Amino acid sequence: MGCGVSKSGHFHKHSGKALRAAVLIQRWYRQYVARTEMRRRYTWNIFQSIEYSGEQAQIKLYNFLGYLMDNFTPSSNERNLISHIFRENEVCQDAEWERYFCYNNIEVPEIYSGPHLTFPLTANQAVGLVEAFRNKKQLHSRYVLQLLMETWKRLRMLPNINRISTCHSKEIAICGDLHGQLEDLLLIFYKNGMPSLEKPYVFNGDFVDRGKDSIEILLILFSFMLVYPGDVYLNRGNHEDHIVNLRYGFTKEVLTKYRMHGKRILKLLQKIFSWLPLATVIDQKVLVLHGGISDSTDLGILARVDRHNYVSALRPPKKRHHVATGISIDSDTDEDLGFSNKIGQRRASLVYPKPLGTRDCFHNRSLQDLTDRIKANTEDELEIRRKKQSLLNSAVSKPEKDSMSVSSESLNSDNTKEEWKQILDLLWSDPMSQDGCVPNEVRGGGCYWGPNVTEDFLNRHSLQLIIRSHECKEDGYEFCHNRKVLTLFSASNYYDVGSNRGAYVKLGPDLVPYLIQYQASSMTRELTVRQSVGQTERSALKVLREQLFAHKSDLICAFKKFDRGNTGHVSLNDWASAVESVMHLNLPWRMLRCQLVTCKTSDGMIDYQDWFNELAIKGPNTDHIDQSLLETLYRHRSTLETIFRIVDTDNSGFITIEDFRQTWKLLSVYLKMEITEEAISDLAVTIDSNQDGSIDIDEFMEAFRLTDKKSRLERGRSMFMGTTTDLTKLEGNPNI
Amino acid sequence: MLFLCGQRHSVARQHSNNGAVMAESSQSAETNLTDVQNDIKAAFKPFDYQANNTVDVREIGTIIYSLGCFPSQADLHDFIAEVEEDHTGYVHLDRFLPAMTKVLVENKFPPIPEDLLLQAFEVLDKEKKGYLEPEELIKYMTQEGEPFTQMEVDEMLTALADREKNLIYYKDLTSQLTIDPDMKGYPKR
Repeated sequence: MGCGVSKSGHFHKHSGKALRAAVLIQRWYRQYVARTEMRRRYTWNIFQSIEYSGEQAQIKLYNFLGYLMDNFTPSSNERNLISHIFRENEVCQDAEWERYFCYNNIEVPEIYSGPHLTFPLTANQAVGLVEAFRNKKQLHSRYVLQLLMETWKRLRMLPNINRISTCHSKEIAICGDLHGQLEDLLLIFYKNGMPSLEKPYVFNGDFVDRGKDSIEILLILFSFMLVYPGDVYLNRGNHEDHIVNLRYGFTKEVLTKYRMHGKRILKLLQKIFSWLPLATVIDQKVLVLHGGISDSTDLGILARVDRHNYVSALRPPKKRHHVATGISIDSDTDEDLGFSNKIGQRRASLVYPKPLGTRDCFHNRSLQDLTDRIKANTEDELEIRRKKQSLLNSAVSKPEKDSMSVSSESLNSDNTKEEWKQILDLLWSDPMSQDGCVPNEVRGGGCYWGPNVTEDFLNRHSLQLIIRSHECKEDGYEFCHNRKVLTLFSASNYYDVGSNRGAYVKLGPDLVPYLIQYQASSMTRELTVRQSVGQTERSALKVLREQLFAHKSDLICAFKKFDRGNTGHVSLNDWASAVESVMHLNLPWRMLRCQLVTCKTSDGMIDYQDWFNELAIKGPNTDHIDQSLLETLYRHRSTLETIFRIVDTDNSGFITIEDFRQTWKLLSVYLKMEITEEAISDLAVTIDSNQDGSIDIDEFMEAFRLTDKKSRLERGRSMFMGTTTDLTKLEGNPNI
Repeated sequence: MLFLCGQRHSVARQHSNNGAVMAESSQSAETNLTDVQNDIKAAFKPFDYQANNTVDVREIGTIIYSLGCFPSQADLHDFIAEVEEDHTGYVHLDRFLPAMTKVLVENKFPPIPEDLLLQAFEVLDKEKKGYLEPEELIKYMTQEGEPFTQMEVDEMLTALADREKNLIYYKDLTSQLTIDPDMKGYPKR
């Protein structure tokens, strides 16, 4: 009966009752814990779904732009609008680059209070840099350029795959994704010590994007790498890529913090990213790389590629013989001389389903004519937007080969294609639990690889463990594939305060991974589990409600299909089906129903019009703007902003009204919707308040932000809107 | 047909449990069954990490609880024995769905009304202080009934004890344990 120790007769008398009482309380408490756990789980689902569908959207956008590139006539306006993002950093004389890096004319004014750097860099200076950033100082652009130059010189000397050892009983610390979260890096340094001869480190990619201190993290990592070249190693991640940076905030961060020299810094970083090594091998037994592997990954090939040709992993490099010696790296000059046509001809993308033939067919077409063609294609792409569970079909290698061979460029060699796939897989793949290897269509790049592929790969290369990052994990790390693959994620509170811990790993000569977890932000430590789950959950639900609101028209349409009698009500079942059919987020809507639908319903039916009111999302004052256009704006916010930034060729933060119109036309094709000239003018007018013919991108995005009437003080970032909104804006500080 | 409560009079008090099924007497029994099954699938899904309709057996308790049921530990053991795939450590939806449907339809693990929970605390609070000291609660939770593990106890104290005074004011807690104030709550009948 479990009476336990009966200290007093008093207790004994009530023991029967006390027993029952205890059971009751225990059962209730367990139930309470279970509910909290359920909420934590689906909150996670929400964030992850939205994150991945954002990545997918990015790749689709990129593919679409590439498609347009292949099919526009050389001199068309539309092409010029976007051509520059496909232009490579040509392989130029080193002198050219050194000139570009030139920092000598940049004066550092007296009043600058940040750190001063002298080269060669010393350990003290690197440590000083960390302290300065901790104290919210910013490094002057002169020193930034100098530092980048030294970094570039060093990176060029490194092989694609670094081989290091834990000799002298040194324990190597390995860190995963940091994503601009300086607090986490500082926490790691605090717990483990700063990099030094005794404290070697490997940083496994994704240093930038999403967080607000990406550039600071880069500067710190580069500094330590320069000071301790034998003890600090950097691997490239899929976010060390300027195309990705356009969407996920790094580009914006640099341009905001460095108004005068930001553009140059970004261009140089493009080059530096391409020179980052691809992987690190420890003691010939442990492989550290960012994304993962595929069934065709071959370290031999990877060791031999010219990695710097892959400025962005999202496309294969151009052929070398296209390079004319007279071409300068200054993009402005290029455009004037009309070189843009010859340079950067796009190859077929790996995950692009059905290429639509060669350039010749579309010889004379403009945007409008392409509408039908593109409609069909986007349809195909939308079909493909499925999640992991439908991966159980076999068509793997075939479609890839097809798309590559039908490529419009006859200049592609098989070598280039193969190399490109190796790099893409390395940076973008994710592990799965089923055997096999299939294209990663959730992200849009790389593969999903199974335990048998891991087994095979490790045997072939005589390795025993793969350490990778790329995926956020609640505990900061996760083993899979029989503990042969370790995922390591070092950005804590990634989705929101309290969402996850970060972790780093220590590896000694025994090569047994020793994991350390942490969570930045003192706030989380004080919250109870329930409170922190509640907070993250509120955040997730807020994002979800905004997404639902942004799809209002489609949702109403879907509801009406179930509501034949036009009563304005649907059942819970129908509500859930309708919502999933529109949102494609594969979430447990019935579970979320309590949180999302609170209007009292009689006999279990939901009044859907009422529901939208209840979502309580407030749009800006936009009565004069077409409703469906508004929804497009809300829904495709990130895509829109990305396109604007692409069109803003000189990275000024402004685009002309004319370009603004062109952009919308582009979008109308991509999104398959009609947008009238008038509607576009209405939009432009809303923003261009000083009538000077140009539009401030940031202002535009802010003007059309959705706000949640009920939201409390927002502690997290609205990163799912694709921009880092809490950037500390230095109001055009000319001294930096 | 009511799925959750053994006694009609306590229906009014049952407002928590996200995803819990409340049947509508106006609808047909068939629709109710679909509802039940859809709820079960929705509760299953967040734990199906590999998207192959299986969950780790250790999550089954959580799933059952969040469907509004209150099984005892013994009940759970029996249920799991029924549905687990031959000691693999996994449970497949194909076996879980019918078993769980039966549980809900037959109301096998009925919930405990909130007022009883309050009474339970009062029983333990022999001196009628209005609160419990951690040591008292620990003693009962680890020695009586279906004992908690050390970890469960530690978590419980962190979650329920008043920060400053380190006492458990159970009157405030009962509502917290039954309806989560962060949740909008299920529409009452």
